[in-house]
Amino acid sequence: MTLPDPEPRAPVLALEGVSKSFGAVRALRSVSLQLFGGEAHALAGENGAGKSTLIKTLAGVYRPDEGTVLLDGRPVEFAGPADARDAGVAVIYQEPTLFPDLTVAENIFMGRQPRRSLGRVDHRAVHDASAALFQRLGVAMDPERPARGLSIADQQLVEIAKALSFDARVLIMDEPTAALTGSEVARLFSVVRTLREQGAAVLFISHRLEEVFELCQRVTTLRDGAWVAGEPVARLTESDLVERMVGRTLDELYPKQDTPVGEVALEVSRLTREGVFTDVSFTVRGGEIVGLAGLVGAGRSEVARAVFGVDRWDAGSVTVGGRALRPGSPSLAMAAGLALVPEDRRAQGLVMQMTIERNIGLSGLRATSRAGLMSRRAERDRALDWATKLQVKYARLGDLVDTLSGGNQQKVVLAKWLATKPSVLIVDEPTRGIDVGTKAEVHRLLSDLAAEGVAVLMISSDLPEILGMADRVLVMHEGRIAAEIPRSEATEQSVMAAATGMTNRSQA
Amino acid sequence: MTATLEPVHVAGQAPRPLLDRVLRMRELGILLVLVLMLAATQADNTAFLSEQGIKDLLLNATILVLVAVGEAVVVITRNVDLSVGSVLGVAAFAAGDFIQGGGNPMLAMVIAVLVGAAFGVLNGLLVGIGRVPSLVVTLGTLYIIRGLDSVWVGSREITAGQLSPGFVSFGHDGLWAIPYLGILAAVVLSAVAYYLRDYRSGRECYALGSNPQAAALAGVPTRKRALGAFVLCGALAGLAGALYLARFGYADASTGTGYELTVVSAVVVGGVGFTGGTGSVYGAALGALLLTSINSVLPAIGVGSVWVEAIDGILLLLAISLDRVVALRVAGLLRSRRAREPRSTENG
Repeated sequence: MTLPDPEPRAPVLALEGVSKSFGAVRALRSVSLQLFGGEAHALAGENGAGKSTLIKTLAGVYRPDEGTVLLDGRPVEFAGPADARDAGVAVIYQEPTLFPDLTVAENIFMGRQPRRSLGRVDHRAVHDASAALFQRLGVAMDPERPARGLSIADQQLVEIAKALSFDARVLIMDEPTAALTGSEVARLFSVVRTLREQGAAVLFISHRLEEVFELCQRVTTLRDGAWVAGEPVARLTESDLVERMVGRTLDELYPKQDTPVGEVALEVSRLTREGVFTDVSFTVRGGEIVGLAGLVGAGRSEVARAVFGVDRWDAGSVTVGGRALRPGSPSLAMAAGLALVPEDRRAQGLVMQMTIERNIGLSGLRATSRAGLMSRRAERDRALDWATKLQVKYARLGDLVDTLSGGNQQKVVLAKWLATKPSVLIVDEPTRGIDVGTKAEVHRLLSDLAAEGVAVLMISSDLPEILGMADRVLVMHEGRIAAEIPRSEATEQSVMAAATGMTNRSQA
Repeated sequence: MTATLEPVHVAGQAPRPLLDRVLRMRELGILLVLVLMLAATQADNTAFLSEQGIKDLLLNATILVLVAVGEAVVVITRNVDLSVGSVLGVAAFAAGDFIQGGGNPMLAMVIAVLVGAAFGVLNGLLVGIGRVPSLVVTLGTLYIIRGLDSVWVGSREITAGQLSPGFVSFGHDGLWAIPYLGILAAVVLSAVAYYLRDYRSGRECYALGSNPQAAALAGVPTRKRALGAFVLCGALAGLAGALYLARFGYADASTGTGYELTVVSAVVVGGVGFTGGTGSVYGAALGALLLTSINSVLPAIGVGSVWVEAIDGILLLLAISLDRVVALRVAGLLRSRRAREPRSTENG
């Protein structure tokens, strides 16, 4: 038995003035946080507020550029995840990392197995200790079954058992409930409560605000990598918390011009993909920019992928310019005038090891070839034309896209799709990770396209961007359209409220 | 956090190693095929399983078993060593050269092992430090080692006459039908199997192959484990080289050429998954025994030896298909066997 801490207000683990940058992006700016034993602490913030970076700093994955990590009041430097683990810090990621081929018991004790004579692993002890851990957790799990095939919830329990096995004093959970059902969440919470009551410090991250209020005593809010507030949960209401998460002033970065709205260009009706999104209906008209907001994991990108035909859908219909699309056929979608600029430009939007002109040319192989042979000259002319229109900054069109900055890479992806002259353009996180100047150029470009009559559907986690650019805002929550908010009524509060499932009051 | 939670629900299940059972099934399957094949051949040709016949079967298998055991350890860590044939060749000639110069045969075997281990270090360091896929690295060292061997050996050759009689008879004789080489291979096999099962570092080899990122997060020294696997594999290929010399009484610059593909086939037929983390050295050894037995079975039942390679290939594809089917079945089984229904620790 550990005795109650003699100095109850001494934090077990703390951050003091921690900053961390990745290139030009400042992920954390002088953030402080204190985790106390016997207390569950929530970390709140929008997507991209710096929560993941903060966790990885505590877990020894990242080292802070400035500031210190304090363990029991003394500065420490974790050389790696194993160091943090040895110091008693356990991290449970949204998708646990287990060894699928090994048994649950081995997963728990890998590298730390109890040993008998001659340094041999004591299999019996490994089994018994694992069984005892699951007994302490109050769950029935066969320690000898392989980890392969365990549900996410069960994998998290294995991770918690691992944390118990080395007497972790700090338990960090990164959106542990995102993939769980209601009863699984209830079970997880009861386990976490018991650990907390025994003196563990818990850091809990969730996008579901009601869970923060249910489980946690304190909450620290981050916004754009900076510390906003750290306070007891009891003093807050949900809307207080939302306000802390989003409370920003809009600047003049977002030059959406008012354009006459034309015909319906994209009509999505009752679109459903089992287990991913349900009953999604909306229209986008020519000349209109429709924002699609929501939290990460709400199903926005999945809807875009289904509309474009990358993924199949189970029910519903998609109509582009009056033509119904078949599920699972991107080429048909392209022929109908649809273009999709995907979320992850490095993995999905570009072939990094190909030249700029080749990348732009990929979407137009048919247009630039005759009798199956492509014309290098036609490809080059087309690439030059669009690279110039979009003001891509490059040395030569023959350079690899890998050598360009993030913003210019994004312009290349845009060029690639604009060159197909789409009537409907879907952009997924068009300005993520690019600098402010290029961001403004991308916004101006989208606005110009709308003015030319293109229908634009813009998925973004950047609320000011959505509010500045969109004529209408659709908000998704857990796979459904939770609200449709006209520009005049869209505020950070109304959008975030719908995105966190607090209310559907703005239903239009 | 050392306080105990109230035990609310007792797991209370006997250790039922489902995974072990499945794997054992896989190994029993090969054994069954082997036994059926030998029995059928015996029925057709009663002279097949004579004392000498059994001895030949075991002698033929020994060298492949040794190399396959080493290769299996490498494959378990999600790597592959294609340089084993070249290492075997150079080690065989090194041992022969030493004995020919009047050296002690025991010492010659130690030298062969050390030569092999040295190349294992080279492979392991290139893979670990260079972060280059082992397929590419060992394809390179396959040619480099063979090249060095050719330069060193030239047109020289070692024949049985130049070797000490004791060494040659060690390569042929045995206790009744059990050749000494077979005993040596069996000892090595059980030692490696024991190590993989009962030592932390052995378990970490499986962990590394099963999920490298998770292994790093769990504090497994991943490069060190991969290096260890390559060194063991090289050392066993070196030992196999010395035994090859004892068995055939011959070595030249081309000894062991193309052997790596036979070794890899044996490992795969034996159920060691190329994705790492699964299989056992026993399986690999059985795979080696099966492949070499086919070489003896075909002539015994009057099928031309030209068919051997085609049949090896078919066996390889069958084994891989079987593994795939078994993997899918097991995955389905595990999913449906959702450990249990959620139970809460809240008492009221």
